[in-house]
Amino acid sequence: MGQTIAEKIFAAHLRDTPALGSMVLDIDVVMCHEITTPIAIMDLMEKGMDRVFNPSKIKAVIDHVTPAKDSKTAMQAKIMRDWARRHDIKDFFDVGRNGVCHALFPEKGFIRPGNTVIMGDSHTCTHGAFGAFAAGVGTTDLEVGILKGVCAFRKPETMKIEITGTLPKGVYAKDVILNIIKQLTVNGATDKVMEFCGPVVEAMNMSSRMTLCNMAVEAGATSGICLPDRTTAEYLWPFIQGDYASLEAATEAFRKWHSDTDAVYAGTLTIDVSTLKPQVTHGYKPDQVKDINEMAGTKIDQVYIGSCTNGRIEDIRAAASILKGRAIANSVRGILTPATPAIYSQALDEGLIKVFMDAGFCVLNPTCGACLGMSSGVLAEGEACASTTNRNFNGRMGKGGMVHLMSPLSAAAAAVTGEITDPAQFLN
Amino acid sequence: MKQFGGSAFFIDRSDINTDEIIPAKYLTEITKRALQPHLLEDLILDGKEFDSKAPDFQAAEVLVTRSNFGCGSSREHAVWALEVNGINVVIGESFARIFRQNMFNCGILAIELAKADIDQLFKLTKNGGAVKIAVDLQQDTVTAEGGQGGSVECAFTMNAFDKELVAAGGWLAYADQKY
Ligand code: SF4
Repeated sequence: MGQTIAEKIFAAHLRDTPALGSMVLDIDVVMCHEITTPIAIMDLMEKGMDRVFNPSKIKAVIDHVTPAKDSKTAMQAKIMRDWARRHDIKDFFDVGRNGVCHALFPEKGFIRPGNTVIMGDSHTCTHGAFGAFAAGVGTTDLEVGILKGVCAFRKPETMKIEITGTLPKGVYAKDVILNIIKQLTVNGATDKVMEFCGPVVEAMNMSSRMTLCNMAVEAGATSGICLPDRTTAEYLWPFIQGDYASLEAATEAFRKWHSDTDAVYAGTLTIDVSTLKPQVTHGYKPDQVKDINEMAGTKIDQVYIGSCTNGRIEDIRAAASILKGRAIANSVRGILTPATPAIYSQALDEGLIKVFMDAGFCVLNPTCGACLGMSSGVLAEGEACASTTNRNFNGRMGKGGMVHLMSPLSAAAAAVTGEITDPAQFLN
Repeated sequence: MKQFGGSAFFIDRSDINTDEIIPAKYLTEITKRALQPHLLEDLILDGKEFDSKAPDFQAAEVLVTRSNFGCGSSREHAVWALEVNGINVVIGESFARIFRQNMFNCGILAIELAKADIDQLFKLTKNGGAVKIAVDLQQDTVTAEGGQGGSVECAFTMNAFDKELVAAGGWLAYADQKY
C-alpha cells in the first residue's frame, strides 16, 4: 500500500509506538518564541532539567511583542536571551534581526523537505509548505522537544485538498484557504494532515503555499503540507547548493517525499477556483466566510497588513499595487508590518514602503503586533479591522473588536474606501 | 492513581477557543498561579458576558461542554488556567488536537463522549442543583449524579498512551524516563 508524504515522514522519524495509533517522532527542528518558551525554560530550570538536546536544531526568536512593551515582556525576552546564550543556541534572533517566526525561519533556510518541525505556536503548520511535517504544540511538548528532541502525536490521517482551475485576477491564496475552511468548518480537519495539491498549488510560489499551510490549523488540522518541487528547490537553493549538483538534482531528490499514487486518503476535497471571488470573514470563527461583495460597505476603522499569513514581500507588493497613487480614507488607520527585516528591506528597495507611507499608512518594525492584540494596533471596543492575519476570534485584536480576515489586496481596497470593498474595481 | 471528578459546571457552546479560555494579554505571565483569576473572563455566551466569578463556576472541578473545545492558539496557559482553578476533567464531544494533547501532557483528562451522552448530561442540570461527576479510569466510565436526583452513566474510550501519560503524571515525567 502506498504512503502519503506525511506517512513517509513519520516512517523516517519514528522513535517509538507507545500505543496503537500513537507515535513518538524524532524532531529535526524545534522552534521557540518568547511567549510560550520562557515559561518552559523556567519550568525546566525549576526541575533541574535546564538542558537542550542539540543547540543547532533549536531556532529561537523574539517576535510576538518586540521591542518589549513593558516590564513583563522585557522579562520574557530576557529569559529567552539568557537561555540562548547559556546553551550556545546560535540561531537566535533578537531586536534588529527578528521577525515573525513563520516568515523568518523559512527565509533562513531552516526547513527542508522531509523534516519534522515543532514549535509552541499553533501556526507552525506554515512550514508544511516545504514538504515538512510541522505542527504546533503546547509548552510541555516544547519542553520535551527541547530536552529530548522527540514529540508524541496521535497518528493523523491525510486529507487531500485538490485545487484546480485558474485563479481569477485579484483572487489569492488567502481567498482559497478561507474558502476551504468555510467548506471544512473549524474542526473539519481535526487530527488530519491537509495535503494541498493540484495544478493551482503547483503553480504557486512558496509565499502562497505558506499562506495555504498557515491556516490549516483553522480547520483543526494537525498540519498542512505541500509536495516539494522545483519551486521549493529554487527557494532553498542558496542553502542547499552545496548538497546537490544542480537544481534539477535537488528537485529529483525531493521527489522521494511525494505521496505515492496509491496512497490512501481520509477524504478528498476538490475545489475549482476559476469562479472564486475574494473571501472575507464576518464573525468570530474563521469558517464564517462570505464572498466579499456580500459584505461590501461594512465600515472599517483599521487596516492591518502583516503577520505570518500575509506579511511577506509578495503580499506587500499586492497591497501596494492598489495603494500606489492613492490615499487611504480619513476614517481609517492603516498599519503595515513587514514580517521580517529582509522583507522590510526589500520593500524599501522596491519603493513599496514609500507607497504605503504616501498613502497614509504607519509602518512598523517586524513583529506579530496587532495580530494577537498584545501591542502595536489593539482595537477599541466596537471597532472593526480589515486584516490579513489568520484569526478573527472574539477579542483577538482587542476586547470588543471585530476582525475581518481577507487578502492583502482586499485589505488595501478597504483602506482606500474605509469599508469592505471588492478589490476588482481597483484592478485594470 | 489520582482521582478525577467532582462538581460539574456546564457550558452549552461549541468551538470555545483558547483565546476565550485565557486571553492573550495574560500570556506575559511566567507563573501558572497568576492565571487563576482570568479563566474564561472574556467568554460571551448567547450574547451575554459570562460570569466567571459565579460561585458555582468557582466551585467547578469538571467542565462539560460541546464540540471542538480548546481550538485556536496552542497556548498551554489554557490548560493551566483550568488546573489552577481546580478543574481536572473536561468532558466534550470533541477537542482541538493541541488542547487535548496539552491536557494529557499535564496529566489531566480530556474525555470525549458521544453527542447523545453529552445531551443526557446536560439534561441532568435541568432540575437544578449541583451535578457531581466521577470518572472511573479502570472501567472507562463517567457517572453523573444530578443534584435533584437522577443519574447518568456513559462509557468512553481513551487512548492507551494518554492513560499512561496520566499515570506517569504527564509527558515530561514520562519522556524523561523513557527517551
Ligand atoms: S503573526 Fe499572529 S498568528 Fe502569526 S505567529 Fe504571530 S501572533 Fe501567531
